[in-house]
Amino acid sequence: MFDDSNIIVGLEIGTSKICVVVGEQNADGGVNIIGLGQSRSRGVRKGAIINTEQVEEDLRAAVAEAEQMADVEIRSVYLGVSGGHVRGFNNRGHHPVVSADREISAEDVEDVLNNAKVRNLPPENMLIHFVRQHFLVDGHDGVTNPVGMLGSRLEVDMHIIHGNANQMQNAVRLVKGTQLAVNEIVFNGMAASLALLTGEQKELGALVIDIGGGTTEYVVHSDGVIRHAGVLAVGGDHVSNDLAYGLKVPLSRAEKLKIEHGSAIVTEAGKGQTISITNELGLELRRVNVEHLQRIMSLRLEEIFKLIAQELESVGLTDYLRAGVFLCGGGSRVPGIVTLAENTFQMKVALGNASTISGLSAALDQPEFATAIGLVKYGSLRSRRVRRPSIFRDTLKNVFGKVLSR
Amino acid sequence: METESENSQSDPQLEIPATPAVKIFGVGNAGVSLLAALTTPEFSAAHLIAVNTDAASLAASVAPVKIQLENKLLRGLGTGGDPDRGRALAEEQFSTLKSACAGANIVFILAGLGGGAGSGISPVLAKAAREAGAVVLAFVTTPFECEGNRRELQAQQSLDQLKAAADGVICLPNQKAFRLIDENTSVCETFRVTGDLLVEGVRGVWQLFARPGLIQVHFADVCALVRDRHAENGFAFVEAGGPGRAREVVEKLQAHPLLDEGRVLAESEAVLVSLTGGKDLTMAEVNRVMELIKRQCGRAQIIMGAAIDAAFTGRLCVTVIAAKQNSSPKIATTRTETQGGVSANPSQRDAVMMRGTRTRRGNPKMVQPQLPLAIVSKGRFDKSEPTLHNGEDLDIPTFLRRGVPLN
Repeated sequence: MFDDSNIIVGLEIGTSKICVVVGEQNADGGVNIIGLGQSRSRGVRKGAIINTEQVEEDLRAAVAEAEQMADVEIRSVYLGVSGGHVRGFNNRGHHPVVSADREISAEDVEDVLNNAKVRNLPPENMLIHFVRQHFLVDGHDGVTNPVGMLGSRLEVDMHIIHGNANQMQNAVRLVKGTQLAVNEIVFNGMAASLALLTGEQKELGALVIDIGGGTTEYVVHSDGVIRHAGVLAVGGDHVSNDLAYGLKVPLSRAEKLKIEHGSAIVTEAGKGQTISITNELGLELRRVNVEHLQRIMSLRLEEIFKLIAQELESVGLTDYLRAGVFLCGGGSRVPGIVTLAENTFQMKVALGNASTISGLSAALDQPEFATAIGLVKYGSLRSRRVRRPSIFRDTLKNVFGKVLSR
Repeated sequence: METESENSQSDPQLEIPATPAVKIFGVGNAGVSLLAALTTPEFSAAHLIAVNTDAASLAASVAPVKIQLENKLLRGLGTGGDPDRGRALAEEQFSTLKSACAGANIVFILAGLGGGAGSGISPVLAKAAREAGAVVLAFVTTPFECEGNRRELQAQQSLDQLKAAADGVICLPNQKAFRLIDENTSVCETFRVTGDLLVEGVRGVWQLFARPGLIQVHFADVCALVRDRHAENGFAFVEAGGPGRAREVVEKLQAHPLLDEGRVLAESEAVLVSLTGGKDLTMAEVNRVMELIKRQCGRAQIIMGAAIDAAFTGRLCVTVIAAKQNSSPKIATTRTETQGGVSANPSQRDAVMMRGTRTRRGNPKMVQPQLPLAIVSKGRFDKSEPTLHNGEDLDIPTFLRRGVPLN
């Protein structure tokens, strides 16, 4: 019926939901979203799996939904990972150019890339991504492809994203347990930024913040490359928990209050207002002060932004964000969050939408799906890269075929 | 008659005459050698008294009055670094010490804590001086870290006892002096530096009431400042001359190593500033210095004094003593107790040393109630691995950590 190889699936096992997005790659490499499946996640806390059985059950439900919608059979996925253990840092690799004519060859480039990967990580950690930033030839920065240039010393800056091996293997094993192959694991923040940012924005410099249920990921792009990435193990769950504690209501009720009446800023309209909490029969149990609700949420969300702002300040990237800040994830649905972020970062803030991909508008418009869509996009970029030699082989085969058929 | 005079003296904050009688005690080897720096004419109004167990150190001292605490158990060898021996000796000779303090309104005690004599005798001397009716301010150093745990511990114990016994303690950890010295400084030089710093502190306080004050600082203010606070005090003494002296002084203060680039001021609870200048000291200059210190200090209570000295014409010197609020409830209660009654009963002599433990046993609830709060407030993240960021547990609601009230 169809060629299976151009189906790309992104899977995100999040703290609040498990999300599967199915994309179809067309002939010219573009990708079209054709299916979507999601289920409420019950076995994940702060991005880490705490109940494998429940996660497996939820995962099957989400996959089944996506398969039905896209009318395909899902065989392999690009798996998104996150959690407080994921870290990013920059590393520089050096390599002396030894050839007689000082011309930099492809082997030199390969060597310098390998050198940049040599970095002592904590033994329990595993690499997720090596992101090449720029080459330096004899100290001159900003070289994107040094092959064929003359120079005596070649260096490369890499951004290395790594995380706890066991935690990530847990997710991989779980997915494999449901008879799905894992093509690759991808850092959620990177996937989200792929979905949201256009090439121009990446060039200008942009910060993407994905406020999820249990974790908040942030990625900085500038000059077209990833400059910094990180995770805070704080998210929407913390907001609910703060509300439950501060307003003295059960967690489920706090969650509901957050969704129905939440606000990231303390509004004038909320002052002196109260919301009645009713039981299932419609009888009023007690009243909750709206100003308190808003203040608790505002403080927590502001803290998240401030921690990120501090982190960027410490690595000196604040002045590189000329395209501004882009928010996604469930947390970006909170009313007033853009204003709050603008106040904290003192720059342009926008809600991100997955504009770099086409397909189901129902999926593309929702900030929660940015990560999963980004995973599909990542997959499409990878498979395009991988496929190139096979096309070459095909042409060769054709040529020989023609010769032989004569 | 005798009791009456003692009563009137025991409330010195009301009774201090225009020029209070000051006695400066140097205790232990360090304290005795520090006295040498105080023989300048500036301190001519003060009585210097050297107290030690070691005869050799006393013989070398320039102090006009010397008290050697000695009994045959020591065989003239000093305390051997054991503060218990020092304390026992001092208690044995309590009446001698008390009579040495007689007639003084203010007693300064200079000592290097950590050894036998300084650590052992100082607290007892402080108590004796208080009983004799004086206000007691102690200037002490604590040992370098390299001097080892034992001395550190002895110094800490003695410091606690001293805080309980004296009206105020200004403590300079020697370790801080490391920032003032470079690699090539000799050992003698290093100890001289720390000694000088301590003497500067004495001088700064001394100037507050020895010089005619434009803006008078009362001794009570100084004692109130250093009482009940501090694991340590930060203090700095800076001087500058010329037309830009006000600005220069402030710059030096901000860069002063003992104030941690102004961080000590920012963290302190109370700051005493004493300015000394010549007749040409202008109000604008005073204002300028105070303005900048105030900005640095944030929420600290500032006590300020200015004095005029003809010798300082064209110069301006500023002494800053910053007290960090760091007192545990234990020390606070100990203080009120000692303040309440200056006991003359010799059988209660060692009670000063025991008080710390006694009150701790008496008020066990004072440290306890913090604990359950942290456990309750984490809610659903109770069992999960805490999310730590710069030592803060982010799982605890933000409004709780910030202390935002919800009424």
